[in-house]
Order: sequence, then structure tokens, then C-alpha cells
Amino acid sequence: MSLNILAVDDSRTMRDMIRLALVPVGFTVHLADDGLHGLEVLDGLEPDVIITDINMPRMDGFGFIDAVRDQDDHRATPILVLTTESSAELKMRARNAGATGWIVKPFDPAKLVKALQMVAG
Amino acid sequence: MSDANDPMAEIRASFFIECEELMEAMQDGLTTLDEGDDDPETINVVFRAVHSIKGGAGAFGLEALVRFAHRYETALDDVRSNKFTPDADAMRLFFSCADHLSDLIRVCRDDDAIPDDRSAELLAQLDTLLGGAAEEEEEVSADDFEPMGVSISLDLDGLGDLPPLDFDVDDAAPMDETPCYHIRFKPEQEMFETGNEPQMLLRNLAALGEATIECDLRDLPPLEALAAETSYLSWDITLIADVDEAEIREIFEFVDGLCELSVRRAGSDTDAPAVTAPIETSSDGFADLPEPPATVPDDPDVPVAAAPAPVAAALAPSAPSAAPAPEEKTARKPAPAKAAGAAANGPKSVVRVDLERIERLVNLVGELVINQAMLSQSLEQAGLSPHSDAMNGLEEFQRLTRDIQDSVMMIRAQPVKSLFQRMSRIVRESSAGVGKNVRLVTVGEGTEVDKTVIERLADPLTHMIRNAVDHGLESTEDRRAAGKSAEGIVTLSAAHRSGRVIIEVSDDGAGINRKRVLEIATNKGLVPADASLTDSDIDNLLFAPGFSTASEVSDLSGRGVGMDVVKTAIQSLGGRITITSEAGKGTKFSISLPLTLAVLDGMVVNVADETLVVPLNVVVETLSLGAADVEMLRPGKYIVRVRGEFVPLFDLGVELGYREARDSYVGAIVLLIAYEDGARAALIIDGIQDQRQVVIKGLDDSFFRAPGIAAATILGDGQIALILDPADIIAEASGASRTEALSA
Amino acid sequence: MSDPNQATDLELLTFKVADQEYSLDIMSVREIRGWTRTTPMPHSPDYMRGVINLRGTVLPVMDLARRLSLPCQEISERNVIIVANLGGTLTGLLVDAVSDIVAVSESDLQPPPEMSPEPHMSVVRALTLIDDRMIRVLDLAAVVPATADEAA
Repeated sequence: MSLNILAVDDSRTMRDMIRLALVPVGFTVHLADDGLHGLEVLDGLEPDVIITDINMPRMDGFGFIDAVRDQDDHRATPILVLTTESSAELKMRARNAGATGWIVKPFDPAKLVKALQMVAG
Repeated sequence: MSDANDPMAEIRASFFIECEELMEAMQDGLTTLDEGDDDPETINVVFRAVHSIKGGAGAFGLEALVRFAHRYETALDDVRSNKFTPDADAMRLFFSCADHLSDLIRVCRDDDAIPDDRSAELLAQLDTLLGGAAEEEEEVSADDFEPMGVSISLDLDGLGDLPPLDFDVDDAAPMDETPCYHIRFKPEQEMFETGNEPQMLLRNLAALGEATIECDLRDLPPLEALAAETSYLSWDITLIADVDEAEIREIFEFVDGLCELSVRRAGSDTDAPAVTAPIETSSDGFADLPEPPATVPDDPDVPVAAAPAPVAAALAPSAPSAAPAPEEKTARKPAPAKAAGAAANGPKSVVRVDLERIERLVNLVGELVINQAMLSQSLEQAGLSPHSDAMNGLEEFQRLTRDIQDSVMMIRAQPVKSLFQRMSRIVRESSAGVGKNVRLVTVGEGTEVDKTVIERLADPLTHMIRNAVDHGLESTEDRRAAGKSAEGIVTLSAAHRSGRVIIEVSDDGAGINRKRVLEIATNKGLVPADASLTDSDIDNLLFAPGFSTASEVSDLSGRGVGMDVVKTAIQSLGGRITITSEAGKGTKFSISLPLTLAVLDGMVVNVADETLVVPLNVVVETLSLGAADVEMLRPGKYIVRVRGEFVPLFDLGVELGYREARDSYVGAIVLLIAYEDGARAALIIDGIQDQRQVVIKGLDDSFFRAPGIAAATILGDGQIALILDPADIIAEASGASRTEALSA
Repeated sequence: MSDPNQATDLELLTFKVADQEYSLDIMSVREIRGWTRTTPMPHSPDYMRGVINLRGTVLPVMDLARRLSLPCQEISERNVIIVANLGGTLTGLLVDAVSDIVAVSESDLQPPPEMSPEPHMSVVRALTLIDDRMIRVLDLAAVVPATADEAA
């Protein structure tokens, strides 16, 4: 199954890594630099899964998830948080904002693919 | 070039470039913080920079970098969350950590050995500062994905192929020793609102072992009473898997609180919550899932598409999440207002371009300039009227060429900021080394200069900054005694002035101790004891080869490198360096540089039958020699008197080996060359052709190491003309002549 | 490649220098161009003629006759410059005239005599006979000095 993915991360390296992990397996990957940019890119897009970082300038991951969940079109779109942090507190915050899952960086490309396929159902 | 095809190598290279940018942002942030800024975004920027570096480093397995960045990040997080307010000492440590981080990045990039002791030292200091890192941070693990946990490698491919098997739950556990669990899972409506799918969770569960899943439809109301957003379904699962309960609960960790969940091990009633309904087993919709192989399916299209299967069928009623009712969600706070404001000042859109491509463009434009010169030469030779269409067109062509050239040069231009940031580190380190309290003030960081110029400025500037801290500024006690603030100030500024870049390094120290300088120069035999020198002459002695003001060689600037090396470096960039100093007020070095190394304003001259280009910036004036002007010092060595000053005379034709020395130089044309230190020389040439901008063509070092030749250019007629390096010619001709000139 | 049936190991560009016949592996020849005036480089070895403009780059030109210590001849419009590529670095070789391109097999090549009294033989990698004429195959790496130090 080819998935349509929106990945939001302020680190170019991370974006590159995500691209490298997903494009070769046939996914379509849309990239954004931060939460605000993510919302811009999301406009008109119907991603199967959204991946987002937490720590980002302008609009962080929590704000982004929150804003995505505000949109009727994306209320049920799975959102995976991809971040280096894994504290229970942050996870809870992400979940409360409406995140679907949590992946800790650095990620194994194959596992990211699997995880995406799973949450995409 | 082999790297170019390896995407990981490419990303790795790109990561290190990103690191540089992040370090720059970080330095900026730290500097702003240090200045007392308390905008929370400032510390956020610093934090994020370290965070991103850590993230990327983790991806490439750069352990040392991750470890250090992690601890540093934690410290910054404390600042961010107001758990810790950094004082001056803490800021110094933060700066040191930033410096070290930048070192680690470089070491990792170059695959050099990691200097571990410095990391340990700084980490210890961070621990002391922040009360220890006793709470051992969570390990950054490579395969942590929640809520999937270990079950990610479920082979969905197999789902469709395997016939559902019925099995008796009660028999299963005793038969083999594999534990059997009864799980009841009832999602609440909120769980669907976070994009969670029961299907996914159940599949993960099934991946743990043999699972029998039954959807409980008892709560499902008749269709007319069904509310789209309400969750009516629950599932009962029997799982036979060699896992402990925690592993099962882990799968649901992320929906903890968003569902009713009970897990009970068959044969033990110990932790069966009262709410758990008795588990009914039924053969309908049962799925028996095999132990998942750990391999990734090769074809990404296959897995989920090929998994229609019982699980999916059983889950079909979970549709409510896909049919949201719009009005219900409006209570959530809207973010867009803030968003729109911030979007306006978002990052400038930037394109990253391989430097090679730019070089190619620069070369092509160089060709264009040469071509245009050739074209105009032939048109002139054709004797066209200056008002003819062709000549008018040519004029326009020239203007366009010049514009294109300027634009291309702009591409190579970079702000000096990164260079200045490196200098702030030099100040921190060198001031700590000599126990002085020094602040670096930078002005004009946005001034843009050719990338190559910036790169080649780093070394001379480093030396000058060290020099200013080391020798320029007085000790703290001396400053106090002189009624100055204890903190010495070194100012680094950049500005564009009449087509050149002016970079100044100044200190508010005691100024040059001219008596001492003269003493040293005399002792070292650089000037005769009876020489009468102006203040400026004495100041310029600092640039004399082998001169060093430090009576004891200091650790910092006394590495056998003197200001003469700085001067040579600046001159090789087509630049000039001057020095001014005022007793008690300080010393200032001014560097004037061309904006680019690609073109040069030159004087085109004839020597013998050759055409040469002399950089215009060293030419003071042209003279015609009279009989009384030239004096022979000794055979073959002449000096010329220019307005009462004796200047060594060099015959370029002889120096370059083009011809024999002439018998008489009366009537010869001479270029008076001057250097910032006041040293002068006169070069005999045969004629002056023109003054114009020429495109610099580098000469392959290995082939031509011709003394006195800096580079080459291509003239309008397609011939190559050599660009002179007069300083080199003079140095070749006589090493001592400049000092002779000084003392004359 | 000319004739696939023939066991051709290499093709040689043959040319004349001071009335002797030399050759270079065609693979190392970038182009051949007519003589243009060179700009002399100061203090360079005498066999370095100077530099010319090769489509915007500075090409050093070596006088092959002088490099091989052969008698020098007047340079005229008839001389040509062979632009040779050695490991990405281009060098111009000034020769009298280019003769031919010949295909030879590696077995046709003979090593030059061991104790060669002629200094220029050290840059000759092999000898071969073509139509009864002796052709010297040049070792480009030995002809072109690696560094200026070596050249001096």
C-alpha cells in the first residue's frame, strides 16, 4: 500500500531521513519545516498519516496536532509524534493534543514504514 | 564522487551543514541571552538547535555527540522551564559547551578521534552547576515506537492467506506452558478523536502471539438510535503469547485513560478487575495469527491491502471516527490567529546550491566578460562610429555583462557573521587563557563578502583577535589603575566602503608602546639604532617579519606567527592592512579587501614584449625617471628618489627574466608601489596600456610556482596576461630592501 | 574502435618532433590545436613554452623537442599543440606536426633498450614498428613533470 505522508520536522536532516526511509518504499512524502508550515502544506492534502516533531520554531508539535485536530478533514488522520524525547509527561501532552502514536528518534527506517502502515490501517 | 550516489552519505553531509547553521543560531541565541534578553523564544532557539543536533547525530550513530548534546540539552531545558537561571559563570559554561559541541561536530564530520576528556570535564561542570545529572536520563533507544512496542514486525502479508483457526481457549494454556490472557478492551469516544484505531491496537496485540478476537456488539443500538460519534463497541481478546502482562499493557499505553482495559491471565484471578465481563468465546470472527516473522515485506503495497481478513471485518463498525460531526469540535481553541502573524516573518526561502555549479557560472561569466572585451576590441578596430547602432548595442552589452557579473558575485557573497561568531569563541578562549575580562563587540555582521574571502580571512583574523586580547588589552589591574572599566573591549566590525570591504579589529587597550617596539626592532636588527622613525613607521614595525612584541612568548599568540604573516595573508587576498594606535586609548587594525577574488582592478602594462597586469590597489603613482632621480647603490642595485624619499628600484623585465638590464634608466616609466606599512618600491616598466577590471584565472600551483606571479587573465585579444604580485617580486629581488628603505 | 575483428589493444596518435616519430595513446589526447603565441612564464624551465588560452582556461604548453633534448627548430604556423590529459590535468605539447592515428596491439610494442644512452629515452615507454618506421610511444606521466620542483 502506498501511503501519502505529511512529515513535519524543523531539522533538515530528519526530513531527509524520513524522505529516504519512505520514498523508496513507494510512499508519497510531503515535508514541512514547522507546525505552521505543516498546516500550510496540509491544506488541500489528504495524508494517510501525519508525522510530526515536537520541538519546532513558530509552532511546535503540540500546537500543530491541536490545529490539525481542529480541522474536520483531519480529525481522524493518524498522527505519529517523531521525537527524541520520550518522557511520560510529554507523551501525555501529545496524546491530549490528539496524537495517535509516538516514535523515538533515531528511528529504524523499516520500523517507521511498519508503524505508518499500521496506523494507516 | 562515490559519495554522491549514496543517499545516506549525502544526508550525512547535509546534516553537518545543517549543524553549522544550527550552531550559528545557537551562538546568536547565547549571545542574546548573555546580553540579558529574557524572551523565552531565545532560549527555545538555543534548545532546539542542540536538540536537532542531537536528533541528527543519533540518526548517524554519533554516540559522543549525542551524549554530550543530550546533557547540554537537559541543562538548557532547565533554563527553558525556569528551573534554573544562568548567571555569568553559567553563561560562560554554556558558551564553552557550545564551543565544545561545535568541536565534536567537526570531529565527527571528519571522523577524527573524539577528545573525551573535554566532554567529561564540561559534563562534570554542568552537573556541578545544575546539581548533578543523578536522575539518569532515559536512554535514547533506536527502536522505540509506541504504542506498538515490540510488535511492529507483524507480518500482515500472511493475514489473508491463513485460514482462521478455532481453538479452545481453556485448553490452550495448559497444553503448552505459554500464558493465556483474557483481555477486554472498550474504547471511549475520546480515543477515536486522537486518530487511534482499535484495529491497529488489536493487530499489535495479535502480533504478540495467538489471539482470538471477538467484537462485542451488545451495546450497539438499533440504527435509528445510533449516534455517529459514540463508541458502542468493545472487544474481547484471548491471547496466547509468551509475554508478560506489562507487554500487553504497553500496547495500550498510548490510549491509557481513553479506554476501558482489563488484562487477566487465565488461571490467575489476581488482577482481574471487577468490571471485566466474562469472556465469551465464539468461532465467529476469530483470527488466529501466526508468530510474526521479523522481516519487512519487500513490496510495500502488499501488506495492508492484502489484509482484508477477519480482523478488519470485525472492526468495520469502528466507523464513527471517520464520520465526524463538525459542530462538536469547535470548542477547541483555534491556533490560526497566532499562526497567521508568525507566518509573515517566517524563514526566507533559500535554495542550496552546490558550490561547483556556482564556480561554473562564475567561470562562464568570466568568459562572457572576456568575450565582450574581445568583441569591443574588434568593433573598435573596424572603425565604427561611436554613435553607430553596433557601438550603442555594445555599450548596452557591457552594462548587462557588468550587471550579470555583479549578480553572480552576489551569489557567492555571504554575511561575515559566521566568521565573527568564530571570533567570539577565540575571544572567550584567549581571554580565559590570560585571565583577562574581555567582551567582543561585533558590528556589521550582515556585511556580505565573497565566500572564498571569508574562508581565507579566518586565520589572519584569529591571529589579530588573539593579539588584541593578548597584547592590545592591559591586565585587569592595569585597566583599573588607568581608571578604565575592568572589562576590556575588542571590537570587530565590517562594512562596505567604496567597492571594498573594510574589516576592523580594535581594542580599548593601552595603545602601542612605541618605545618598546623600537627597542625590540633595534635589538633584533630590524632597524639601525640611529634610525629616526615616525610613529606610523614604528607601528608598522609590528608587520616586520620576525617581530613579536611579547617579551615572553605567550601561549596564545606566540606560536611563531607574527603580524607579518597576517599581512601576507591579507595581501594575498588583494587586501591592505593598516594600523593606528593612540596611547591609552587603544589600537586599531583596518583591513581593506576586494569584494571578490574573481575580478581585479588592474593596470595593464608592457614589459619587454609581454603584457602584464599590476593590481591597481598597490600602485600609488606613475613616474618618468629623470637623470638626477636614479642612484646606483651598488652594481645592479639602484634606488630612486621620490619627493625626498629613497625607494628601491626594480626592473620588471630583468626580475621576470624577460630581458637584460638596461644601461640607463633615464626616461624609463616607473610604477611607484606602496604597501600599508609604508614600504615602497619602484618598478620599471616599458609602457602603460590601460586600466581595467580583469577576470582572475588561477594558475595551477603544481605547475607554475613562478615567483612574482599571482594569477593570470585573458585579454581582449584572447592572449593570456600574467597578474603580478609586486610584493613577491620585491621580496624575491631583495629581502632586506624594505627595511633599508625604512631606515633610509 | 575501428575494426572489431582485429585485436586492437590501443590506438596511437603519431606525430613528429625534430624529424623523429613519436606517439601517444589516443585516450590521453584531448584535442589538437594550431600554434598560437604563448605567454612565457617567468623563471620556468626552458622547455616550458608558456601558457595559452584554451577556451578560457590557462593551458601550460611544453616544447616537446626541448623536453626530449632534441635539436630545436624554428616555430612556425605549421606547428601544432597536442592537448594531453594526465589525470585530469591538461598540458599542451608543442610538436612539429601530427601524422596519423594507428591501431596496434599491445604485443606489437617492445620495451625500449635497457641501457639507453639518450636521455629522452627515459620518457619512452615502448617502441613499435609501423610500415617499417620506428615509432616511440611516449610515457605521458614521465613527460609531464608532476610538480614544478621536479621540472626545475
